[in-house]
Formats: sequence, structure tokens, C-alpha cells
Amino acid sequence: MEARSLTLGAEESAWQRLKEAADRRPALAAAIVLGVIIVVMVASKGLHDVAQTGLTGLSLGAIYALGAVGLTLVYGILKLVNFAHGDFLTFGAYMAYVVNVTWGMPLVLGIFFAMAMTAMLGVFFEKVMWGPMRARRAGLLQLLLMSIGLAFLIRAFIQYVWSTEIRFLDVNVIETVEVLGLRIGRTSLVILVVGIVLIAAIGLMLRYTLLGKQMRALSDNLELAETSGINTSRVILYTWLFAGALAGLAGVMAAATTELRPELGFELLLPIFAAVILGGIGDAFGALAGGLVLGLIIEWSTMFIEARWKVSIGFVALILVLIVRPQGIFGRAREI
Amino acid sequence: MDPLPIAITFDFLTSVNFWTSVGVLAATYALVALGLQLNVGFTGIVNFGAAGFMAVGAYTMAILTIDTDISFWLSLPLSVLVTMAFGLIVGLPSLRLRTDYLAIATIAFAEIIRLIAQNARELTGGNQGLFCSDDQSKCFDDSWLDVSNTIQGWLVDLGWGDPEILFPLLLVAWALVVIVTLGLLFVQRSPWGRVLRAVREDEDAARALGKNAVAYKLQSLVISAAIAAIAGWILALNLATVHPIDFEPLVTFFAYGVLVLGGLANYWGVLVGSVIFWTLLEATRFIDVFDDQSDQTALRLAIVGLVLILLMAFRPQGMFGKREEMVLGD
Repeated sequence: MEARSLTLGAEESAWQRLKEAADRRPALAAAIVLGVIIVVMVASKGLHDVAQTGLTGLSLGAIYALGAVGLTLVYGILKLVNFAHGDFLTFGAYMAYVVNVTWGMPLVLGIFFAMAMTAMLGVFFEKVMWGPMRARRAGLLQLLLMSIGLAFLIRAFIQYVWSTEIRFLDVNVIETVEVLGLRIGRTSLVILVVGIVLIAAIGLMLRYTLLGKQMRALSDNLELAETSGINTSRVILYTWLFAGALAGLAGVMAAATTELRPELGFELLLPIFAAVILGGIGDAFGALAGGLVLGLIIEWSTMFIEARWKVSIGFVALILVLIVRPQGIFGRAREI
Repeated sequence: MDPLPIAITFDFLTSVNFWTSVGVLAATYALVALGLQLNVGFTGIVNFGAAGFMAVGAYTMAILTIDTDISFWLSLPLSVLVTMAFGLIVGLPSLRLRTDYLAIATIAFAEIIRLIAQNARELTGGNQGLFCSDDQSKCFDDSWLDVSNTIQGWLVDLGWGDPEILFPLLLVAWALVVIVTLGLLFVQRSPWGRVLRAVREDEDAARALGKNAVAYKLQSLVISAAIAAIAGWILALNLATVHPIDFEPLVTFFAYGVLVLGGLANYWGVLVGSVIFWTLLEATRFIDVFDDQSDQTALRLAIVGLVLILLMAFRPQGMFGKREEMVLGD
């Protein structure tokens, strides 16, 4: 009896120590868990399948990550849970459609147009809605429901102008590239590379430039940042420019690999939220990691269960993260 | 662009058919919003999963009636129990989270339920929806239609020559709304209801007084899940089918539109809010400005969006809500 309780105690303390170690180096712990999962999968399904679905997962994850960076910046800096962010993606995708299909110009121009217009959309609603509401100290529920209202307004506009008809961007989705015996669509490869490079650049900008430091100051405490001489309205403006432009880009990328419908962005919103929470709110690198990990989980799951369930895997992951580690993989424990 | 042909006639306002369909929809959403009122208005928890609970209620009722020997009447209380169990499953892990995370977690749960309804085809019929058994011998609303016909017989006896087909459902739905409202008012005045308000105002203070705040929140969520299940029945009986598309997050947000229109922390306000909300939305059917269906749904979305934005900006307490009782969740 005595011995048993003793070993139980020892086990508990070993578990405790493991947990503490994981808390100290969360990124390392996450990498180890991911590594173990990969090894188990390679052992059961073979290297090629794991690598192939993994590559598909990464290009899906890059879209989530691009959407997540904008959402996480607005969430972290302005404390706004923007349910309209998904419809920003849709808006961007349709802007690219106008340039690319209606006007028959190259998609690259469409992407720049989409980013510019969506950035302006973000700034516009900051000026007419979010700014004034912040000045009135609106509460969380008010802002939450307003952002849902805004999501409906944007979707209504899109549905009125372009109807619910399914549309496609003028992009080559058939051509594939072979890398190390793995197949990836040319478009998906471009998305993957552009997404990772862009988000890494933004992460570095946040870490090393003055604007980035000011953004982080605002996210810690907006009023304190203001009293210490930071031009907060300028920083907020830049936040929306970044969030909008990246949302527009993510929307175009999602539309380029799938199809264009008014619900496109809203359906991406929950996986994007999952990426944001997985990476820790306000953390651009976290959003990148969160998006990629989520894309991997979703695609890898198709090796074990039917592909029609893969959307639900994203939501299950979201709930698990909220329950197990609401501060995200890299976040430090604070009041949640 | 053509000049807009304004061809709005207000004849529909005197049509029994119009008011019957408004009435059934208003009752359905009044029920959902009553449950949300208990959560948001009186407990301070932002539940975005109402559509999921409606789906569990409707699907359990239909599956039990069609696939088992359980009668329709027994399936009703059973479906409420199953939905309450789902409420526990959702609430236990997520009610400890802060407001914004809780909102996201509950909407994710609701989406999982909808995706199960869409993909577990053997059980739910998937995107075909659920109506009758494969050999067409048994449909989930058979027993209800018997009752409905009886009530229509009474209406004919009362001198209404050609009663509206949905009128019996309207009567039953509003009877349920009134019963639920009275029940909620009763529990709200009880010591239990006062603890809920205490949790809403200051969770730490309630806990300091020895009240288990999470347990009270869980009870609040489970009761609202049960009410959503009842709304799920009415939705299913109204549409005569159970289909995943009827339980999109949109449904939850429409119910929030009803809730904030009526006003937070006021049960009767929700009923008025629901009637106004659905009169407005159903009236869009009679505007001939737009030529196709997708324009009409766009108009509805725009109306709900504007209702949410303008109310939250200028009158967050809604029509009948109490400003001082409104938790803003910060």
C-alpha cells in the first residue's frame, strides 16, 4: 500500500516536471509532439504519403496563416474579435475577380488591387465604426455583435453585386510541379512560398522596426501607449492597412485554389480563428505556425479518416486548443 | 441600369398567410432568443452555439421517430434530454473560458454538430435531409399532422372555412413560447435566478459567497439548450424536413438580432422583438425591386446586419432592455 502510493507520487511529480518543462519551452514541446506524430505516421503510412499530404497541408495552411495574421493583429492590438474578417477575405477575392476576369487583366494586378481595396475597406470601417465605438468604450458583446453585423453587410453587398453563382479566377490550377518526387500545383506552390515569406517579413517588422514596437506597445496597453507619446491613431491605421491587405491576399489565394462564392470567407473564419488561438493572440509568427500546423493536421487526417470529415477536424482542433492551452502554443500563461 | 421599378404593395399586410408564416418563424426564434436571454442577459455567458442545439433537438426527434419504434410524442422529451446532455458536453470544458473564447468555442461546437449532420449520412440523411423512412412508410411528422388536422377541424367548426395549413403549428408554437416565458420568469425570481444575476454582475463575489459559479453557468447553458431543442422541433415541423442547411451559424446570429432588438435582460421584450424582426424580414418577399432570389436573401442579410450594427452602436439595450443590467463583457 505504502509502496504503491509512493510510486504514484513519483509518477505524478515526473508528470509535473514534464509539464513544467513544456511550459518553459512551449515551442520545443510542440515541436517534439509534432515530431513524434510524424514518426508514427511515417511508420504506418510510409514517407511518401506523409510528405505528399503534408505539402498539400502546408499550402492550405499558408492561406489560413495569411488570414490569421490580420485577424491576430486586430485582435491583439485593438482587442476586437472581428467576425467580419472572413468577409474581408471574400471581398478581396471578388476585387481580384473584377480585375482578373471582368477586366481581363493578369491575376498579379488583381492581387495588388484586392490588397489595396481590402486595406481601404479595413480603414474605412475603422473610421466610421470601430474608432467611434472605442471612443465610447463599447463592451465586448457590443463589438462582437457589430462585427457580425458588418460581416452580414459585406456579404449582402457581394451577393447583391455578384449573386450566389459560383465563379472562378482565371488561373492555371492543373499544372503541377514535381519537387523531390512530390506533386504540388504551381499555384499552391506560389501561395506557400509567398505566404511564408510575407508573414516572416511582417513578424520581423513587428520585432525590429519602430512601428512594430509601437504596435506591441498598443497591444499591451493602448492608453499607456498613448500617454507615452505614441501616435496611436497612426499605429491603428497601419494595423488595419496590414490586416486588410493580408486578408485580401488570403482571399484571392483561397479563391485561386478553390472557387469563388459569397460564403468563401465566412467558411474560412473558424479555421482562421483556430490558427490565431493556436499561435497565441497578437503573435504574427504564432499565426504563421498556427496556420501551417492546422493545415498539416487537416490534410494528414485524410490519411486516417474520409476526406469529407476534414473540415470538422479543424474545429475539433480549435476546441482542443481552447481547452488544453488557450494561450496558444507559444503564449505564456496569463489570465484566460 | 434600369430605373428601379418600385412596385411595393402593402396588400400582404392583410393576408392571413403572411401573418401565419411570420408567426411561426417569430415563435421559433423567440424560443431560441429566450434561451439566449437566460445566457447572455441574465448569466453573462455569450453562447454562439444555439443553432447546434436546435439541430440536436430536431435530428434526435426525427431519427427516433423514423428509425426506432419510439413514438413521436416520446421522442420530444427524449430529444430535449439528449440536447441537454450535449449542453453539458459543450459547457463543461468551455464555460471556464473568458467571454471571447467561449463565443468562439460554442460556435465551433455548433459547426461540428452541423458537419456531423451533413456527413454521417447513414444516420442523418446527409445533404438529402431527413423526412421519411426509406420505404416511405413512416415520416417524422405523421403524428403531428394528425393533431394538426384535428385542430383544423375545430377551426372549421368555429366557422373558418379554409384554415391556413400552418395555423395549428402557429397556435402550438406560441403556446410553447408563453409556457417557456412564464417558466423562465418564475425561475428568474427564485433564489436560483438571483444567483445567476450575481454571477453575471461579479463572478468572484458570487464565488466568495460560496456559490459555485461554473455550476450555475452550466445549468443556465443546459436550460437554454433544452429551449433551443424545442425551437428545433418547430423549425422541423414548419419546414417538414430536417436539413443541415437550416442550422447554419446564421440561425444563431438571427436569434441574436431578435435578442438585441427586444433588449437584454427582459423576457417579454424578446417576444415583441421576434415579431418585429420577422415581420420586417418576411416583408422583403413582397418587394418587387429585385428580380431574383439571391437579391432577396442579400436584402435580408443587409437588414439583419444593419439591425445589429445600429442597435449596438446607438441603443445596445434594445427596445425594452435595461441599460444598467446590460453586461458588456469587459
